[in-house]
Amino acid sequence: MHFWYSLVDFLLPFDWMQYGFMKNALLGVLLVTPIFGLLGTMIVNNKMAFFSDSLGHSALTGIAIGVILGNAFPLLNIKPIWSMMFFSVLITIAILVVKEANTASTDTIIGVFSSSAVALGLVILTRNGGFNKYSGYLIGDFLSISPTDLLLLGMVFVLVILLWVLIFNKLLLASMNPSLARSRGIKVKQYEYLFAVMMAVIVTISIQWVGILIISSLLVIPAASSRNIAKNMRQYHIYSVLIALVSGLSGLILSYFWGTATGATIVLITSGFFALTFGLKLRLG
Amino acid sequence: MKHPICVNSDCKICESSLCCTKINNFGVKRSGIEILKNVNLHIHCGDLTAVIGPNGAGKSTLLKAILGEISHTGELQFLDANNGTTKPSMGYVPQKLDLDSTSPTSVLDLFAAAHTNLPIWFTYPKKIRDRVRESLALTHGEHLINKRLGELSGGELQRVLLALALDPVPHLLLLDEPVSGIDQKGLELFYQTVSTLRKNYDLSIILVSHDLNLVAEYANRVAFVNNKTIECCGTPQEVFTNEKVIQTFGLDWSNRFQRVEKDRVANALLV
Repeated sequence: MHFWYSLVDFLLPFDWMQYGFMKNALLGVLLVTPIFGLLGTMIVNNKMAFFSDSLGHSALTGIAIGVILGNAFPLLNIKPIWSMMFFSVLITIAILVVKEANTASTDTIIGVFSSSAVALGLVILTRNGGFNKYSGYLIGDFLSISPTDLLLLGMVFVLVILLWVLIFNKLLLASMNPSLARSRGIKVKQYEYLFAVMMAVIVTISIQWVGILIISSLLVIPAASSRNIAKNMRQYHIYSVLIALVSGLSGLILSYFWGTATGATIVLITSGFFALTFGLKLRLG
Repeated sequence: MKHPICVNSDCKICESSLCCTKINNFGVKRSGIEILKNVNLHIHCGDLTAVIGPNGAGKSTLLKAILGEISHTGELQFLDANNGTTKPSMGYVPQKLDLDSTSPTSVLDLFAAAHTNLPIWFTYPKKIRDRVRESLALTHGEHLINKRLGELSGGELQRVLLALALDPVPHLLLLDEPVSGIDQKGLELFYQTVSTLRKNYDLSIILVSHDLNLVAEYANRVAFVNNKTIECCGTPQEVFTNEKVIQTFGLDWSNRFQRVEKDRVANALLV
């Protein structure tokens, strides 16, 4: 971390960058936003925006379960992030399994799971009227990111990039036509699960900084904006990651000066990009 | 064609390593509902077998079961020229792609994703462009390489998917023709291409088709799927004069077919 701090001091010798929490947040943004830009491309391609939304919501239940476990076994000292992650992965797998039964449309199934999860979480957390303690999760706080969080984030960053290199082509083919992918020897189901679990993990990890309310926008909007102007997969990824990065950095700085929530500010800037690229698309056709 | 319609599977003249595809007492159930039962079909290499039948009869399901995507009961055997079982490579041309028309996926992206492990969002292998152009040339689609899949017309997309299924050349080619969205000219071009391929590579081809006229012209075997099973199978001449087929597609069509057939024979005699 010392290396990072002195690097930032050297490159960005501004007043607002002298604080440790800003340096941490900056590194956090640099790690999180590219991942969101990358994963978002596939989420938008597969029309999974609603799915990522429900993942965000199920995090609330994860927190609630963490609270219960924390009360029951105070000695174990379970952090909410682990119970959140466990529950998100559980919900993800449950949605995929029920979806395969093919009895209702995906929308409906996700809707059912998402609302049930939120309801369960709210029931547990509002017991004895103590919800205010947890409302921070709704908005998120980028500035509270700690060096330990950054270490975890760094590991996830490397893992996601590695997986994205290994599985992207197969995932793309499977998303376009499962039978076609199968005829070329791709184990479609495995990749589908792997991608969904990956999404669950990354959403859960970032939720404490970005906030439940807007996490899925951060996944969807950069890719959606990029889609307005991209002509092939490479451009799609490049624009998406760039838009996510630029929005992340400018959002962090602006939120510092405006005193606003960082996650929301970032999302607002990505929406600006969407409007811009949409305009470009209309003009260029 | 180097061999007559297959009678037994120990023929020694096959050029393809897949000589016979035998489907015996084949059935498919999905969530408790029977979709196909008691299906028997025998496909020899070099055969173009057209599967026809009313909508929802289970034609696409049959293809997916052969592909191994859906589980099935009964026997599905692939035999080589020496009557041993083999595991053939399969090419599949789906009806459509699950892709909205704005998706930034180019034709090159599709091929590169299928052919390489290098992530296409990062880079393309050097030789891929030439290879894709070559395979597209087989189906007259070289000019489509940089287009987005969403921009293609129905016929163009079908040709692109056919080119993909043929690279590498499979032993068994499964084609699921879209119900609509392809103009007549595009459809004829497609059938011509398939039929050339069949002659050049001695492929086994199963084609789910909706165009009876083209089937009559290009297929050498026809299987009529109805009431969850293959009700009738044989040469186009045999199938199109079958009573059950006439009932489904109408007498008009059958009469016309027979007239055209007669003309064809008469013309052949004249020549």
